[in-house]
Amino acid sequence: MIRVRDLRVRLDGNLIVDGVDLEVADGEWVMVIGPNGAGKSTALRAIGGLLPATGSVEVNGVPIERMPRRKRATTIATVAQNPAVPPAMRVLDYALLGRTPYIPPLGRESAADLAAVEEVLESLDVARFASRRLETLSGGERQRVFLARALAQGAGILLLDEPTSALDIGHQQEVLELIDRLRAERGLTVLATMHDLSTAGEYADRMVLLAEGAVVAAGTAREVLTEENLAKHYRVRVRVIEGEHGPLVVPVRG
Amino acid sequence: MTVRPAGTTRPAGTVRPAGLRAGWLAGGVVAVLIALVAGLAFGSVSLPPAGVAIELLNLIPGVHLHSGLTEREVAILTELRLPRVVLGLLVGGLLALAGAAYQGVFRNPLADPHLLGVAAGAGLGVTAVISLRAGTSGDATANLPVGVPVAAFAGALLAVALTWLLGAAGGRDRSPATLILAGVAVSSFLAAGQTYLMQQHVDTLREVYSWLLGRLATAGWHDVLIVLPYAVVTAAIVLSQRRELDVLTVGDEEASSLGLHPQRSRYLLIVAASLGTAAAVSVSGLIGFVGIIVPHTMRLLAGPSYRSILPLSVLFGGAFLALADLLARTAGGQAEIPIGVVTAFFGAPFFIVVLRRSRGAGTP
Repeated sequence: MIRVRDLRVRLDGNLIVDGVDLEVADGEWVMVIGPNGAGKSTALRAIGGLLPATGSVEVNGVPIERMPRRKRATTIATVAQNPAVPPAMRVLDYALLGRTPYIPPLGRESAADLAAVEEVLESLDVARFASRRLETLSGGERQRVFLARALAQGAGILLLDEPTSALDIGHQQEVLELIDRLRAERGLTVLATMHDLSTAGEYADRMVLLAEGAVVAAGTAREVLTEENLAKHYRVRVRVIEGEHGPLVVPVRG
Repeated sequence: MTVRPAGTTRPAGTVRPAGLRAGWLAGGVVAVLIALVAGLAFGSVSLPPAGVAIELLNLIPGVHLHSGLTEREVAILTELRLPRVVLGLLVGGLLALAGAAYQGVFRNPLADPHLLGVAAGAGLGVTAVISLRAGTSGDATANLPVGVPVAAFAGALLAVALTWLLGAAGGRDRSPATLILAGVAVSSFLAAGQTYLMQQHVDTLREVYSWLLGRLATAGWHDVLIVLPYAVVTAAIVLSQRRELDVLTVGDEEASSLGLHPQRSRYLLIVAASLGTAAAVSVSGLIGFVGIIVPHTMRLLAGPSYRSILPLSVLFGGAFLALADLLARTAGGQAEIPIGVVTAFFGAPFFIVVLRRSRGAGTP
């Protein structure tokens, strides 16, 4: 589980995240939403221990800054918004990077590392691309390989920054369904940032609305995705319609 | 565009992870042995390659075989040619390794061993020693003043230190881009100093140029013994970071999320590669091309993993330079051709061929 208290992050002297509190229970999927510049990505990176921050971030009861890096890498896996695609690297080798925290200095990957990666590639239906170069894959295939690398870390917590931002709606749904299935199968805890509000609401156990670096609303999709909240913080006129899996947000012309 | 045959999409179980393949390693060792025997056999006096190979075996303690070479020929072999060929192997291996390390650290395919000011610093040091020495004259290629290697080494390390200090100007983190820019600034500054000295002492231009173009003319085993410890330390440090360099290709933040200390690896690699380059430059002058072309050739032929690029660069870089030196001292008749001219003249077309062949073929 993740417990964040009074998280503050400064980038180049600007306060980007300004006192965020949030909790993610084991096995829960929490979606962080908010307008551009609200500090979603920055907060996520700080929670992953990748940015210096004040306040406290505890992961499974341990302060993140006190976790040795390798231990941290086997506890939390992060998929960035636009992960770098190393030139000419094959899918198998990319996914094997996820085993880095298990490989001792000067050592090489063991049969167990290879087996773990092959299992993950099979599970995400990208094993047939194992010998392909990552850069030759389509956006949706790539996103699954990024996920494979993160899952190969064997961590119980996944931090996903805009996991569907580069995808069409068909592939968005496919990737989110996949994450939901993996979450159930592997008992993963997921904290993700999302732009698409309706979709975020459909998959989230709980949502957190961030604006100007602070939490302005939190709770179920129905509690957070209200016309008042969105009008105030996104400066947009929307109609919220009750859908099968949660509220559907439709922008309307003002 | 070549269309990939269906057979290349295989299930994960049959694909081997990236790394050094035994075949390539064997190829590198064979290349070094060929360069060694060829470098020893050919020259102003040609020796039978078989006899040379037997004499090489005789260097192994406890081995005494009859090679058929005269005592004088054995002396030419062990006292004149062997140190020079070994120096070529060491310098070539070091430059190629340092170049590969820089390319990985800075994630920049154009990075070469002289990137952070090593060349300019060494150049200024050497120009100063040659120019400011009281006007002695002589054969420019053979009699460089004794202070030259020391001046080159000191100048090179001072330049890197200066780049390092300036690199902090953009923040304590010293991003790759800031360091490269600092290297450009330091190089220009030192090159200006060198040009000024050269203008003031035109009588020594020939000697300075002979050094700038690179040379492996040695005074026996002395230079080899100077370079050897640096080569060993540099190779040990850089090769120990080969997997880290692969992880660094995804960027610092992701490397950090995978459990590495990207900054620590980067500093370690920069220090080791700079030290090795400075040592190589101090005995051989500025030999360009090896540090940039050899690693790229290895990347195109044997794949993008630094776990294979680094060790193969050492072997093939060494073999390449030793063979280039063979050409430098035999192709031009009496006068030696500067080795930097040979490396570029033969290396560039070769690289173009490799580049064309690999395009679309899909390196593994």
